[in-house]
Amino acid sequence: MSKTAVSTWAAPRLPEESVMKYEAVIGMEVHVEINSKSKVFCACPTDFHAPPNTNVCPICLGMPGALPVLNRDMVDKSVAVGLALNCKISRWSKMDRKNYFYPDLAKNYQISQYDLPLCHGGSIEIEVDGETRRIGITRAHMEEDTARNTHTLGGGQSGIDFNRSGVPLLEIVTEPDIRSAAEAYAYLTALKQILQYLDVSDCNMEEGSLRAEANISIRPEGRAEFGVKTEVKNVASFSGVQKAIDYEIARQEKVLREGGVIVQETRGWDADRGITVSQRLKESAHDYRYFPEPDLPPIVVDESWENRIREGLPELPAPRKKRLESQYGLSAYDAHVITLSKPVADYYEAVVAAGADPKKASNWLMVELQALLSAAKLEIQACKIGPEALAALLKLIDTGLISGKIAKEVLVEMFDSGLPPDTIVRDKGLSQISDTGAIEAAVKQVIDASPEQVAQFKAGKDKVFGYFVGQVMKATRGKGNPQLINDILRRELEG
Amino acid sequence: MSKISEKDVSYVAALAQLRLDDAAQERLVREMGDILAYMDKLNSLNTDGVEPMMHALEMTNVLRDDKTGAPLSHEDALMNAPVDNGDYFIVPKILEGEEGG
Amino acid sequence: MTMDWYWKSASEISAAVRSGVVSASDITEAQLRRIDEVDGRIDAYTQRWDDTARAMAAKVDKKASRGEALGPLAGVPVGLKELLCTRVGKTTCASKMLEHFRSPYDATVVKRLEAADAVFLGKVNMDEFAMGSSTENSAIKVTRNPWNLKCVPGGSSGGSAAAVSAGECAISLGSDTGGSIRQPACLCGCVGIKPTYGRVSRYGLVAFASSLDQIGPLTRTVEDAALTLNVICGRDEMDATSADLPVPDFTGALTGDVRGLRIGLPKEYFTEALSEPMRERIEQAVDAYRANGAEIVEVSLPCSEYAIAVYYIICTAEASANLARFDGVRYGFRHPEAKTMQDMYVMSKSAAFGPEVRRRIMLGTYVLSSGYYDAYYLKAQKVRALIKKDFDAAFEKCDVIAGPTSPTASFEFGAKSDNPLEMYLSDIYTISVNLATLPGISIPCGLTDAGLPVGMQLMARPFEEELLLKTAHFYEQNRGFDMGRPPIA
Repeated sequence: MSKTAVSTWAAPRLPEESVMKYEAVIGMEVHVEINSKSKVFCACPTDFHAPPNTNVCPICLGMPGALPVLNRDMVDKSVAVGLALNCKISRWSKMDRKNYFYPDLAKNYQISQYDLPLCHGGSIEIEVDGETRRIGITRAHMEEDTARNTHTLGGGQSGIDFNRSGVPLLEIVTEPDIRSAAEAYAYLTALKQILQYLDVSDCNMEEGSLRAEANISIRPEGRAEFGVKTEVKNVASFSGVQKAIDYEIARQEKVLREGGVIVQETRGWDADRGITVSQRLKESAHDYRYFPEPDLPPIVVDESWENRIREGLPELPAPRKKRLESQYGLSAYDAHVITLSKPVADYYEAVVAAGADPKKASNWLMVELQALLSAAKLEIQACKIGPEALAALLKLIDTGLISGKIAKEVLVEMFDSGLPPDTIVRDKGLSQISDTGAIEAAVKQVIDASPEQVAQFKAGKDKVFGYFVGQVMKATRGKGNPQLINDILRRELEG
Repeated sequence: MSKISEKDVSYVAALAQLRLDDAAQERLVREMGDILAYMDKLNSLNTDGVEPMMHALEMTNVLRDDKTGAPLSHEDALMNAPVDNGDYFIVPKILEGEEGG
Repeated sequence: MTMDWYWKSASEISAAVRSGVVSASDITEAQLRRIDEVDGRIDAYTQRWDDTARAMAAKVDKKASRGEALGPLAGVPVGLKELLCTRVGKTTCASKMLEHFRSPYDATVVKRLEAADAVFLGKVNMDEFAMGSSTENSAIKVTRNPWNLKCVPGGSSGGSAAAVSAGECAISLGSDTGGSIRQPACLCGCVGIKPTYGRVSRYGLVAFASSLDQIGPLTRTVEDAALTLNVICGRDEMDATSADLPVPDFTGALTGDVRGLRIGLPKEYFTEALSEPMRERIEQAVDAYRANGAEIVEVSLPCSEYAIAVYYIICTAEASANLARFDGVRYGFRHPEAKTMQDMYVMSKSAAFGPEVRRRIMLGTYVLSSGYYDAYYLKAQKVRALIKKDFDAAFEKCDVIAGPTSPTASFEFGAKSDNPLEMYLSDIYTISVNLATLPGISIPCGLTDAGLPVGMQLMARPFEEELLLKTAHFYEQNRGFDMGRPPIA
């Protein structure tokens, strides 16, 4: 429901040499399925991986005589999202009927919110190319999802599965504050991050639990009036959104430069061809005849309800990132990567709480452990290495029981077996040799066996030092304390 | 002159997914015109500052707990379907560009 | 076992069944024979559930034989209006659109009646989708007034009223959006009550106008109405608009007299629009109250003249949305020649909805459409608030409001069906009650010279059904004459 004015402003014909610069004006509409156990107006389970038309009842099938009753969890989670997006929560709001005909709409009206949305007037910060921008959130309102159409039946028929009908849906609309496709991508990423932190949605675009549409118009730089906007739908991924927006901006620019006029319309993204395609609808298709839903009493969220939700909010990504920087001395980049996902950030802080050094913990988590997780396609919640175990491993390095190199091997073992680090080190005899005498003996043995390399080193070929380190490591079967080896070798070779 | 034009009646019929033959359209222009003209008497009543009665009772916050209940059996769900294939409700193919929400 | 169990009241029947004087099965057989005898002439029943009735009666009798406690409606024969969802039989709303529709669930009120050990005789006729005041709009058939078979039984619960007044059931559940229980009760000489909006769950009532619809009983006595309310009232978690209020024992409220009771007569109701025979008999009824110590007070409901406009804007708007779901996708009529999606909607609806239904859908769609919402729908909701205020003010001066239910007694078939606006105007006395969410009851108060019943309407403040029933009951017990039985001719 953005306030973009409708105009049919067209570019004037310009002399060929002048180059008008256009600025894109973009607003995003995102639909998020809320992960309540039951649907928004009935008690059917929301699991829509069930066989078709098995999670349905008279209410979500739109049968005669059925009536909706609003799910409290939907209200709680919608308020939480609103608060996380700095919105004002309407003290008094209502549901409305949005009337149109479509086979996936069980009642041929959707229960939604029209003029009194639950949340309004918020904002979210995004970062693109190091610059932070604030994007206004116009509103977030509650509604119900529609059924799913299957077009693959052939024979000029479509099949409809009502398992998804009535799943709780939150629609989040931004102000037309976004200025590029990259910003739109950043917005979606930041929004998804917040939603995952709140644990209110799976936010999975492939599965359809998060859907995004873009309202795009362009105008000459410096102008205040809005150009004519088009609505782009049918994008299946965040990168798809970015490509679609880039395409549409370019398309609109081309039209205007050629003296044409932008038509206000809906356009579908065709990912295969990389273009947007017009979907002209009938004029009457947009006459939704909204009126207040008589079957549902209004919703009054008083201060105490709002405060209860506010107090239950987890620390959000942006403040958490800043706190990790200041509390643990992490770089902005490191804090950013760690806080991308709440489970990862929780894990990290648990590792530090178990006694690990914050910077080392950050490094091991983001590099070593993340590599193992990515290769195994696992989320951190499924990792067999608990945060205390990782902290214990880092402690073993600190005390010198094992080298960093050996620790990487131990980590792999821990990942596969779930065994604690000290058990693995003991069972495999991996503790490193920090006995000075043993190292001195190995060093002496290597130096004696390598007169050629000694000569090279003394002649100034510093690189050859690595050869000696390698040899000593070999002699100690990789368990030599690297620092000691280094010190003793230097002493022997340079002395 | 009826209060409502033929064009209006056509527009409303399209919105309501009804097809009217010429005779029915003519009759409706007349009947709806009469009825709507009658309804105009509301204009003579001053309602400035009156809150509309949007809901019949003064209740608020009638909410259900987030608990799942038994859905209909698959057979009952499809029991009245004019056309189905055992899994889905079947309709004539939905073309892209026809209205979705 | 005598043949006229079918004239007995529900109270008498259930008392007899519970005390073992008669079995539910015997009652049911007597009822079925009565229906066999007269329904050919009246055509109140659209579905006969003879086997179901016998099975339900047998179940009640089995309970009795095991010494289990029986419910308050034990063995009582009930007819259900065609728009109450039942798993047994079909739920057609008297429309081609739902001609073969079988509901996969029972309405809450149906479950409550069954739990009270009532016996269902079948479904009774109505105006299609509850839109009409004569039952002439039924797509199934016409129902005749048992007092004069050439005349209409009223509507939309015409089948209910005809069946009850002809002894074809003891109780019928109807629905009332703008008078559809009270007006047919008036025209057929029986009792009909529309409870306060929110008293009775609407879950399973096929919706016409969501903010106006209520389910209620039609019966031969006020006591039976109270007995039925005891069973069907009460909060239902499946209906977010059902009030969370305790349900008193309405039958316990029927004692006492009317001394000091303030009965208001709205001056706007006693105009030339009210036919002479109706006026006479209602004034006689009021006299009866006065003679028994009630205080008769003149009150004013200044917004009365706007009520019909308000009603027809709001009910058609809500109906246009409520009936949108009937599209042949998941159930209901799908036109066999429909080839495209667009066809499916347009051809199915245009063929399966009757003219009155189509007219109201068109009106409702229009008053909600872009550019007209403020002028019509929003305006109507504001005036509705003023109408409610009128009643609040009137109820400062009186406790119960009395007046006519219908401007005229019953009329011949076809007399009013040409002019829809004229038909709408006859709802003048009943619709304000729905708009203001009040409880209202129609009770018989005499016959015209032509032998057609006249009814009086009483209204009370929201949720004051006890006072309403007590006042109605008092008149019924003290009116000094018997209504007699319809000739079925």
